[in-house]
Amino acid sequence: MDKILRVNMTDLTTKVEETPAEWAGLGGRALTSTIVAKEVPPACHALGPNNKLVFAPGLLSGTAASNSGRLSAGAKSPLTGGIKESNVGGTAAQMFARLGIKALIVEGMPQGEGWYALKVGKDGVTIEEERGLLGLGNFAVIEALQSLLGKKTGVIAIGPAGEMRLTAANISVKDPSGKIRSHGRGGLGAVMGSKRIKFIAIDDEGTPGIQLADPEGFKAASRIFTKALMDHPVSGQGLPTYGTNVLVNILHEAGGLPTRNFTHGQFDGHEQICGETMHDTIVARGGKPRHGCHAGCVIQCSQVYHDQEGQYLTSGFEYETIWGLGANCLITELDDIARADNLMDDLGLDSIETAVAFGVAMEAGLLPWGDGKEVVRILREEIGKGTALGRVIGSGAGAVGRTYGVTRVPVVKNQAIPAYDPRSVKGIGITYCTSPMGADHTAGYTIATNILNVGGQVDPLKKEGQVELSRNLQIATAAIDSTGMCIFIAFPALDIPECLPALIGMINARFGANLTGDDVTGLGKSVLKLERAFNLAAGLTSADDRLPEFFHSDPITPHQAVWDFTNEEIDAFWDF
Amino acid sequence: MAPITVTIKLFAHFRTGRFKEADHQFPPGVACRDVILGLGFRLGEMGIVMVNGHHATLDHSLNERDTLALFPLVGGG
Repeated sequence: MDKILRVNMTDLTTKVEETPAEWAGLGGRALTSTIVAKEVPPACHALGPNNKLVFAPGLLSGTAASNSGRLSAGAKSPLTGGIKESNVGGTAAQMFARLGIKALIVEGMPQGEGWYALKVGKDGVTIEEERGLLGLGNFAVIEALQSLLGKKTGVIAIGPAGEMRLTAANISVKDPSGKIRSHGRGGLGAVMGSKRIKFIAIDDEGTPGIQLADPEGFKAASRIFTKALMDHPVSGQGLPTYGTNVLVNILHEAGGLPTRNFTHGQFDGHEQICGETMHDTIVARGGKPRHGCHAGCVIQCSQVYHDQEGQYLTSGFEYETIWGLGANCLITELDDIARADNLMDDLGLDSIETAVAFGVAMEAGLLPWGDGKEVVRILREEIGKGTALGRVIGSGAGAVGRTYGVTRVPVVKNQAIPAYDPRSVKGIGITYCTSPMGADHTAGYTIATNILNVGGQVDPLKKEGQVELSRNLQIATAAIDSTGMCIFIAFPALDIPECLPALIGMINARFGANLTGDDVTGLGKSVLKLERAFNLAAGLTSADDRLPEFFHSDPITPHQAVWDFTNEEIDAFWDF
Repeated sequence: MAPITVTIKLFAHFRTGRFKEADHQFPPGVACRDVILGLGFRLGEMGIVMVNGHHATLDHSLNERDTLALFPLVGGG
């Protein structure tokens, strides 16, 4: 039976607990959100002693199931004031699962100014004082821990941004190449910083591995599942070749590429930053166009991007980051964006929140539009050194807008809106409004059906069908986020009929369960409702399920589209 | 009738061995399907077909100065 590890940072004690029966069937997001909803007082300060930081691998993490290596982190978000779940690849989820760890719960807060590290292994978890690695960036922390504890050590860490408790701070997780993947959104790095934990090191030596209830059944379901992932043109070919950045040209063409802090829907410089150009650049410089964020990933949407001299510049170079600093800040030098991406990884900053914050800062006149060199300087010299300006930008788009009196601030629940304009891709606007996470494209990725013709077609410019589309996808996503699966399995799951039954078959074979498709949908619904109830108890209302005013008043080119949903239409999302 | 000029944009691996963007001439009212087949594509390869930034069907008729954008089935997130 898997265990719960509980760490109390107030009295610096740790416990290993039996998993309560009601948590036994949960994993990933379902488990982190259940624990946060049960144990965190909704009205607490997110950076105070009553918040808890919870890590949980997915239900299938640690097994041979393709793409099942995602780790969920949950807490009350200091950015949104609501519940947060953010999931990540890397090596930690599989190590936790092999160690029989259902969840790691970090609670309380140390009294003094000291910093700590957690060491997780087969005998549980210990707390140690930490001095040497304070103030260092994530890459240096990983390098130091690998030389101290061995190449295979797992690492979950915060950079200087998390130490400063900035609300754009993320939590970094070591990937199989010793680089970084991120629990990106919602300022979870600030929560870890408030607990004064610099890093968590994981050692999974001496573990028996995962015992499957039905190994043969698992193997059969796993084969069908992997075949579906390989057969679908998006997960089998498109993502491996061009990465997520293939979207630049698609969204540009559809008029949904937010440009110059959400004032236009198309970007003249799109060819300079697009996935096609990036692919050719990577190949020409000897980088890797295909790269997995965790062992067992068959999609390999990540990549390793080199500079002109053929030296490593960044990896995991995503569409949202490239859009955010590219089209949204008018930067056309992909190398500058790559340099900024690497710095954000090192400092431990959410690259969506930070990029959108830079767009608002440019609108405020703090730096010129399109000045990638100045973005890199501000990251290194202002945010990295904790100056007042750096702390404002590192606290996200909302903070920059409030500090400098900007009215065009693209946030929902104070979380930055990502790379798809909700006026011209209306389904994603419903997701931004209603997701308990704040503006988050991954919570219900309607781009699939609005733009990419996956799972049918719903016209992105019309209101019809968007609420239902977003609802169905948010329910499915909440369930997928609980399995440890990468969200990109949704592409084959939407189009290939054998895919979802095979996923459920693997869960049943893992646990000796008899779940049906209805059970999985039921899980997704209950997770969403639980998260919504937490937010309401924390003081959020339906008035927080809204887009900023400028989306109603300012039409966006080329379609002259505006956000035209009524409050009642948005609130109908919750009728389930 | 005089031929119409249509700007064709290709994306992702559709560009390989072809072009990024080019103006081609067609008879007035030509359907997207005929343009696609004329470029040597199979219809099954088409992921997204857009005309002037709107999703279009294969039967959609093109007019003078339309922009036709063709994408294979790709995605991201």
